Amino acid sequence: MFPVRCLRARPRACWQRVLNGLNASPGPSVSRSVSTAHSSSPGGRPLRLAVIGSGPAGFYTAYRAMSKIQDVKVDMYEALPVPFGLVRFGVAPDHPEVKNCQEKFEEVASSPNFTFIGNVSIGTKSDHPDGATVPLASILRHYNAVVFSYGAAKDRHLGIPGESTLKGVYSAREFVGWYNGLPEHADLAPDLTQGDEAVIIGQGNVALDVARMLLEDVNVLRKSDIAEHAIETLSKSKVKRVHIVGRRGPMQAAFTIKEVRELMRLPSVAFHPIDTSLVPPDLKSLPRAPRRLMEILLQGSPTRPDDSPPPTKSWSLDFLLKPTQFLPSATSPTRLAATEFARTTLSSPFDPNAYALPSDSSTGDSSSSNTTVVLPAPLAFRSIGYRSEPLPEFAALGVPFDDRWGVISNDGRGGRVRHEERGADAAMRVGAFPGLYCAGWVKRGPTGVIASTMEDAFATADAIAEDWAGGAGHARFLNGGGAVAGWEGVRRESVGGGVDTARVVDWEGWRRIDAAERERGRAVGKEREKFTRTADMLAVLG
Amino acid sequence: MSTPKLLAQTLPSLRLATRRTAPSIARHVVRCYTAASAAPRPAPPAWSSQPPIRRSLWSAAFQSRPFSVSTAVSHGHIQPPKPGEELYVTFIDKEGVEHKLAVSKGDNLLDIAQAHDLEMEGACGGSCACSTCHVIVMDQEYYDRMPEPDDDENDMLDLAFGLQETSRLGCQVVMTPELNGLRVKLPAMTRNLQSSDFK
Ligand SMILES: Cc1cc2nc3c(=O)[nH]c(=O)nc-3n(C[C@H](O)[C@H](O)[C@H](O)COP(=O)(O)OP(=O)(O)OC[C@H]3O[C@@H](n4cnc5c(N)ncnc54)[C@H](O)[C@@H]3O)c2cc1C
Ligand SMILES: NC(=O)c1ccc[n+]([C@@H]2O[C@H](COP(=O)([O-])OP(=O)(O)OC[C@H]3O[C@@H](n4cnc5c(N)ncnc54)[C@H](OP(=O)(O)O)[C@@H]3O)[C@@H](O)[C@H]2O)c1
Ligand code: FES
Repeated sequence: MFPVRCLRARPRACWQRVLNGLNASPGPSVSRSVSTAHSSSPGGRPLRLAVIGSGPAGFYTAYRAMSKIQDVKVDMYEALPVPFGLVRFGVAPDHPEVKNCQEKFEEVASSPNFTFIGNVSIGTKSDHPDGATVPLASILRHYNAVVFSYGAAKDRHLGIPGESTLKGVYSAREFVGWYNGLPEHADLAPDLTQGDEAVIIGQGNVALDVARMLLEDVNVLRKSDIAEHAIETLSKSKVKRVHIVGRRGPMQAAFTIKEVRELMRLPSVAFHPIDTSLVPPDLKSLPRAPRRLMEILLQGSPTRPDDSPPPTKSWSLDFLLKPTQFLPSATSPTRLAATEFARTTLSSPFDPNAYALPSDSSTGDSSSSNTTVVLPAPLAFRSIGYRSEPLPEFAALGVPFDDRWGVISNDGRGGRVRHEERGADAAMRVGAFPGLYCAGWVKRGPTGVIASTMEDAFATADAIAEDWAGGAGHARFLNGGGAVAGWEGVRRESVGGGVDTARVVDWEGWRRIDAAERERGRAVGKEREKFTRTADMLAVLG
Repeated sequence: MSTPKLLAQTLPSLRLATRRTAPSIARHVVRCYTAASAAPRPAPPAWSSQPPIRRSLWSAAFQSRPFSVSTAVSHGHIQPPKPGEELYVTFIDKEGVEHKLAVSKGDNLLDIAQAHDLEMEGACGGSCACSTCHVIVMDQEYYDRMPEPDDDENDMLDLAFGLQETSRLGCQVVMTPELNGLRVKLPAMTRNLQSSDFK
């Protein structure tokens, strides 16, 4: 928690200059009377809240804010024509039950105090040609508060040779987007026919999702909402053996037990036993969660690698290997042939927080077969995490972004965006940026399931409610907490600025796209057949 | 208060979510062919014209009664108990307020909590896939009377915040006569933010 001081006394901040420069009219005069109940608002005006991003963080923040702040009006901006973020484009197609949270989101959207503004990207140019882009500065002028919940749309990189040059090295994020019908990666066309081995680098749940897609019977996936192009490609896949490779050990692995169990249960798919020396000898002394995880890893799958007839497919968890380079094929030098790893050792093998050290660093001979492992496979997936980026206007507006963790700098719990400014006395003042909040992966970093994202979004909404009801009232909000026009104001300004607002998809528009997708699905015996092009989504709306 | 009420009144449609049946594949097939997943949103259920017994979340946060006893009217999967057949369950909410409820045999704790506006999300709609319906059973004796959690429930519990020896997933606990008098606590996921945190 950082200290907040002198919010009123600070000199004009960059963001104020931007606002004032673009909007000459001073804010409405501010009422001094601030009441104490959550329900009331400064001067009796409703809070106008902009939410940027329609994933679980955006929806759960909206939901909680609407149940805590009387008459709050929420406008939710989404860069794509369709809502729900990673619930639609991340969560695996064979996990339909996880997507049940959408039903809650639909209820939120049915409130008259909620407006969905789809196909409008804030601050950063829409990544598809059919989308509109609205500057963040425009949002700041027309709301009292803004929640950044735009997730993590980029990748972490390994920074090793061959990573971005060799054919056959894929980003797990792009692969996931591709099988889930994300328009940005609809043309990925991964080649799964070059050989029967695949390597996945990273041992998080995304790595396990990718492995399951490669190992699962396509006929099971066929009935899900997986993109049709993925079914076609997966049914031609030659992959039979998957290595999921981590730089640390099982006690440090990022995956969770439910996802491991799911892989273990795949019919006719064998798990290669793990190196038992990496598992603590006395399981009983472990806390419940790691104990159960170790037990299932030791137990393995009912299908064994040496069963006869031999299993159709198999997988392993390969520990203590840190990737060093992707090696090209001798015959076709633009293609991947193998991945090279350096062995690691752990600072303390059974400590969940242990770190990986270079193995046998004393010899200094990195090429020795003791320290290097080469896994031949023409297919590799980098699954080492997603990454958020700052919106391009952040720098000019003075919104701080922590590049190391890939998050908007915030107070941690309440998601109040941090504000730093040097005062007239040259002392650095740290406070909260009035009216700016964040939630979800852009607040906390790209980890956590929907339940944790929900919890985190609730904390952000609670902070907004508390600030709105709290003593400092208006001073903590944009435009003095005064009357603002919200989407109407933004739209007027956008039309003036040449933005094509005819392309905006409202909730009714999404419902029509949704119905069209379900209809397409019914025709082929699937729950839904997603449109994978934004133009096709918009074509439904005429 | 209009918004929260509206949200609260629409909540029972959540109950249309697929129930857990078997491991994910079977579950999936079920979902594919249920009307709930394919049909457009259903018309509002008949009870919506009755005076709602649901308090809005908002008012719940400010209620001062430390204790309440109530019976659900019929909605969602919850049927009001027949006179003489009531089973009682007490929820202790995040503020420590006790809610003693008369319920029917066969109701699960998630449905009960939601029908009474207690703060329990049930993000996956009772499919044992989210852990947002985590409850802590207050008395070991009652915990022991319940059928043991299966692997899938235990796997989700492993991820639950504030896990305790007697933790269960509310969507998997079904009321039976043996559980009459059950008391469960909703885990305070985190402490509430105080304005003093920002001074
Ligand atoms: C592959 C994968 C599988 C997962 N599976 C599960 C699972 O099975 N169970 C589970 O509980 N959790 C799962 N998760 C985790 C879960 O998806 C996340 O916790 C959650 O989605 C994070 O929510 P968010 O709202 O922060 O981000 P997101 O869901 O990414 O939402 C961000 C939204 O903002 C939009 N946006 C981005 N930039 C802009 C802009 N400039 N203007 C307007 N809109 C913008 C995006 O289009 C997107 O819709 C999975 C995650 C991944 C990556
Ligand atoms: N079914 C589900 O519930 C589900 C499905 C998918 C995703 N999710 C959630 O979504 C979140 C994101 O998942 P994720 O898999 O992208 O991330 P993650 O859980 O953070 O896992 C990242 C993995 O990459 C490894 N890694 C990171 N940097 C590396 C490097 N430079 N070299 C080698 N390995 C490196 C990490 O190893 P170290 O541990 O050594 O850093 C870790 O194994 C997670 O919270 C996950 O639980 C949930
Ligand atoms: S409601 Fe999701 S696990 Fe119970």
